Amino acid sequence: MTTEAVTQLLTESELTDQRKRSRFLNRLTPYGFLSPYLIIYGVFGIFPVFFMVFLSFHYWNPVEGLGSMTFVGFENYALGLTDPTLWQTMWNTLVMAVLSGLPQHLVALPMAYFLVMMGSKARHWFTTAYFLPYITSTVAVSMIFYVMYSKDSGIINAALAYLADAAWSGWLFGDLKDVLPLGWVQENGLIRYSVSFVVWWKYVGFNIVIYTAGLATINNDLYEAAKIDGANSWQRFTRVSLPLLRPFIFFGVTLTIIGNMNLFDEPYVLTVGGQFAQTAGKTISNYLYQVAWEWLDMGSAAAISWILFVVIGIFTAIYFWFFGRQGLGGE
Amino acid sequence: MTQNQATYIVNLYHRIGFGLRNLLLLLFAFVTIFPFVWSAILATKDRTTMFSGGIDFSLGDKLVENYGNLLEIMDFWTGMLNSFSIAAIGTAVSLIFCSMAGYALATFQFKGRNAIFGIMVASMMIPPVLTLIPYFMVINTLGLANTHLAVWLPFTINPFGIFLIRQYVVASVPKDLLEASKLDGASEFRTYWSVVLPLLRPGLATLAIVQFVFLWNNFLQPLVVLNSPDKMVITQMLRGVQGVPNTPWGAVMLGTTISILPLIALYMTASKQMIAGLTSGAVK
Repeated sequence: MTTEAVTQLLTESELTDQRKRSRFLNRLTPYGFLSPYLIIYGVFGIFPVFFMVFLSFHYWNPVEGLGSMTFVGFENYALGLTDPTLWQTMWNTLVMAVLSGLPQHLVALPMAYFLVMMGSKARHWFTTAYFLPYITSTVAVSMIFYVMYSKDSGIINAALAYLADAAWSGWLFGDLKDVLPLGWVQENGLIRYSVSFVVWWKYVGFNIVIYTAGLATINNDLYEAAKIDGANSWQRFTRVSLPLLRPFIFFGVTLTIIGNMNLFDEPYVLTVGGQFAQTAGKTISNYLYQVAWEWLDMGSAAAISWILFVVIGIFTAIYFWFFGRQGLGGE
Repeated sequence: MTQNQATYIVNLYHRIGFGLRNLLLLLFAFVTIFPFVWSAILATKDRTTMFSGGIDFSLGDKLVENYGNLLEIMDFWTGMLNSFSIAAIGTAVSLIFCSMAGYALATFQFKGRNAIFGIMVASMMIPPVLTLIPYFMVINTLGLANTHLAVWLPFTINPFGIFLIRQYVVASVPKDLLEASKLDGASEFRTYWSVVLPLLRPGLATLAIVQFVFLWNNFLQPLVVLNSPDKMVITQMLRGVQGVPNTPWGAVMLGTTISILPLIALYMTASKQMIAGLTSGAVK
């Protein structure tokens, strides 16, 4: 073998080495770009799930450090499943979800329909106003409503007192005199409505924007055709708009359900951290927070989380089973 | 009835219909705006004028006094600064992380791509409240309790943002351009940084709006993690004064009003973009 041939062989093997290495690096590239996601999601998303299973079988007070962790078996689950407060708060969450969620869509649909009929300038101004609550923080707006709901100095009680007294409206509101001032956030009988109103108020605008966008996708010819066939304004809304809006309604309702399952800020602020209206105003999130951070029983809270996970999972499955196909346009 | 009378009546009905419709739209606009106006009015009043009963829409003269009270009951500007730095840093980092992941998912074929997709979709379905305890435990274990990092880092990999960017890459970054850049000898990261990112500007702006609004308004995670007054965010501080005896509500309303002003100012200048951005998940 000549020296020339040897060097040639060497360079060739070097080249393939290099090529191999660069191909290897190329294969790594996508993972490199995904590494922030993979690392952060691994640490904050996947690892904790396993730890939660472990934790739910233990008693642990975080203040006393990891040493205080003791194995208790299924005790946390047994406690959780037989805890009346857990089922009560689940019921509260469900009631407030319906009280705030249903009116959101019942109001947003016709409002969007009206808005689409307006000129583009007026539509822009109205939309801007309606969307405003969505961008402000739930804590800030809940603080404002907390002051407005105030028993002795709130504007809502003041306005009702005025209406009950005034000559022109007394016949309708006069009976209120006996019950005023109302404790909007103090009384268990009222708190659900007070919280639901704030939630409704904050998210109607968002739904109006979704439905306005949905209505904009509907071809005007369809309305014209319906008009020629003699359909009036109401019939055009129910027979043309609503069916075509179905995917948007499905999406909007799904978002509302997910959001309402997580309801925390509004009831937390309006009941002053759970001091007022404890039995009716507490959502499942509020209760979970209380168990974990006020009673410092992380193990029970983890067990409650799993119970919740199963309940929400069942509801989600039922929801998608019944409405999923229709909502996605019947495919 | 003559023809004229009939058209007159039909027109009248139409006009009443339009009138009712406009009245309804205006009434609802009033309902949405009123609480903000009311909190601004209360910010200029003190306890005595507020508790006097009756409804008074005039401005009070206690604005300066309320501002003094506000600084007394909470470290207001520290809270504002904390909120701002968390929102700004968190948004900036999330733009980089989400665009990297979205770019990778859009341009490369690799093992585990579908699995990552599946995990992302699944993670969007899990209600955040269920992840609160594990989140808290991980933060504690990593020694990140009471740090700002804990409040923004977990939210920098928003799956919604990753999907959004992926869509933008598919729609607005031509494959030829990427190959040309590689032929010119640019490294993979260089290609992403100087060729892809500039093309994604509209998508990044949308994501920035979503992230900034979320981080500025966030309450639950700071409540769980931040416990020393010098680290607290503004939402925590506002809620914290509810427990103060004889709360000076004028001062609290002043603080509340100031705390929502930055986002309202942003909204006033770019309402169209913000509305489009915050509903982009729904409308596309």
